Amino acid sequence: MTTAEPSPSLRPGDPEETAAALTKGTGGPRRPANAPGKDAGRSGGGTEGRTLNAFSHAFLVLWAVMAAGPLLWAVMNSLKSSGAILENPWSLPKRLNWENWSFAWNEANIGQYTINSVIVVGGSVIGTMLLGSMVAYVLARYDFPGNRLVYFLFVGGMAFPIIVALVPLFFVMKNFALLNTYHGLILVYIAYSLPFTVFFMSAFFRTLPSSIAEAAEIDGASHSRIFFQVMLPMAKPGLISVGIFNFLGQWNQYLIPQVVHVGDADKYVLTQGLANLAAQTGYRGNWGGLFAGLTLAVLPILVVYVVFQRQVQAGLTAGALK
Amino acid sequence: MASDGPAVAEATKEAASPPGRSGGGRGERRVSPHHRTYLKYRFVAGFLAAPLVLYGVLVVSPFFQTFYYSLTDWTGLSSDFAFVGLDNFSRLMEDEIFRKALWHNVLLLLVLPVITLGLGLFFAFMLNVGGRHRRGEAVAGVRGSHFYKIVYFFPQALSIAIVVVLWKYIFNPVGGLLNGVLSAVGLGQWQQSWLGDPRLAFWCVVIVMVWANVGFYVVLFSAAMGSIPREIYEATLLDGAGRTTTFFRVTLPLMRDTVQTGWVYMGIMALDAFAVVHILTVNAGGPAYSTIVAPVYLYNKAFQDGQAGYATAVAVALLIVTMVFSVAAMAFGRSKDRIEF
Repeated sequence: MTTAEPSPSLRPGDPEETAAALTKGTGGPRRPANAPGKDAGRSGGGTEGRTLNAFSHAFLVLWAVMAAGPLLWAVMNSLKSSGAILENPWSLPKRLNWENWSFAWNEANIGQYTINSVIVVGGSVIGTMLLGSMVAYVLARYDFPGNRLVYFLFVGGMAFPIIVALVPLFFVMKNFALLNTYHGLILVYIAYSLPFTVFFMSAFFRTLPSSIAEAAEIDGASHSRIFFQVMLPMAKPGLISVGIFNFLGQWNQYLIPQVVHVGDADKYVLTQGLANLAAQTGYRGNWGGLFAGLTLAVLPILVVYVVFQRQVQAGLTAGALK
Repeated sequence: MASDGPAVAEATKEAASPPGRSGGGRGERRVSPHHRTYLKYRFVAGFLAAPLVLYGVLVVSPFFQTFYYSLTDWTGLSSDFAFVGLDNFSRLMEDEIFRKALWHNVLLLLVLPVITLGLGLFFAFMLNVGGRHRRGEAVAGVRGSHFYKIVYFFPQALSIAIVVVLWKYIFNPVGGLLNGVLSAVGLGQWQQSWLGDPRLAFWCVVIVMVWANVGFYVVLFSAAMGSIPREIYEATLLDGAGRTTTFFRVTLPLMRDTVQTGWVYMGIMALDAFAVVHILTVNAGGPAYSTIVAPVYLYNKAFQDGQAGYATAVAVALLIVTMVFSVAAMAFGRSKDRIEF
């Protein structure tokens, strides 16, 4: 994405190259190649350039409004009373109904759902990264019979839609008494995130130089020690990237909990809770509370996104490599 | 199960250091080659054991069980069932609602990538090449392209549930944003019941999915455009090509791989669409099955109607469609004249 530096930019379609680019640090200016600098010359490039410039800006602004508008509308409505929303969905709040927020957090249980999501996704992201990079490391750097078989077993999992396995999965979970439990959901999230994590991280481990690991081996370090103390720290950029990908994927998951985690409403994750709230608003009629719930769910993501937006974009577009 | 990994690794670490060895010495050198091979395989097995068990039990085995159950009349409610051969599949062939559901998935497969990737390419090109020329430069992005990308991409970071719940209320006939906007700009007669109208509900699903995904492709395609060397643009400009020509004759062919990847990605999403339909539409697939998609149908059959065997037959059909799509996308995209740059 930078042209000034010779380093290869994040080019989708080639995991190894992406991995190589990521090792060089996600830092550094990542402005688009031809974004104008502050000193962009005033000497326009002819009428075509100027018309196109105005034309493109109009469309870009239009989509920006369409992208941000609904979210701003939700935030605004979260401070209005239900009556005011139904009367005029456009009007600004006459007074700030903060009680909507406390309704959403306490009575609509958004607080509990958020905590549930944090527990589940916290556990599953850590587990995914640990198990995924263990498998990826062994497959990338050790030669043993069956290596390719195991690799394709994992990577092949990216090719089929999750829903194909869901009905039997429900009964497998039932037999192991894992339905409607946090640890059950965590294990399912880990298992279904392994294919991409193994695929991405093994490509990443292959790009790392082997000289440091060899030096550690000569010094008498065991295999597992080399992994945890030498290779894993070196793989940090890749871990961050695939970690963000997994975090967002698991945080946003709706289908899996809807199958194996529906028994106990107190254990719902945030996505289920919001869908539930939306369904209830139909007859309960607390519109302001619904929008407050939405806003509460959006805000943490917004903060994370604004702070880490470069990594988030890189981490999510890395998913398109598969 | 997850905690097995580190525990095993820890044990390996302990065992790997011979007892009584002093310091971080050269003990490893004295280890015989046989012992070294043993250590290596023990390490490999230790690292693979827990993930393989987890993956095998929760992913691989359910996947194959699906084929097995699709040949049975299992209800899912009790543990007894009988083999019925291909009965479930012949029933699928005549199932009006299933055909409707699958058709909606195929329609999404045709419509979604065209609109989403088209808009993504358009905005990415505008961001990267649509700007005013800087002195001595062939191409220029628009001012503030970084800001646009942040705004466009944000919906992608949101949970699909949030997006869909939000849109459910945008489409709401009373108090919804869409009808509100229409009446505000004097188009009150265009107000609709949107999700309640069987002719429009499906297109509401399309709108939501496009809205949620365009930003992703803007960022993806921007990255790909940024990696095209500017010398190529300069050469094109010297040859007197306009921007439309540049886009279709230079930019697009050079981004072929990325566009293809995006197409496959969007296609997989179109064959799913579970969360959107399940949360957004009236009665999850209504009104009058106008928005039903195969995954929602499968879900209802398995977990509401007590027809687990039949639901797995739907799953097998869905898998076949996905496979056909993947193979077609790969065959279609195989380019003989790949351009390196």
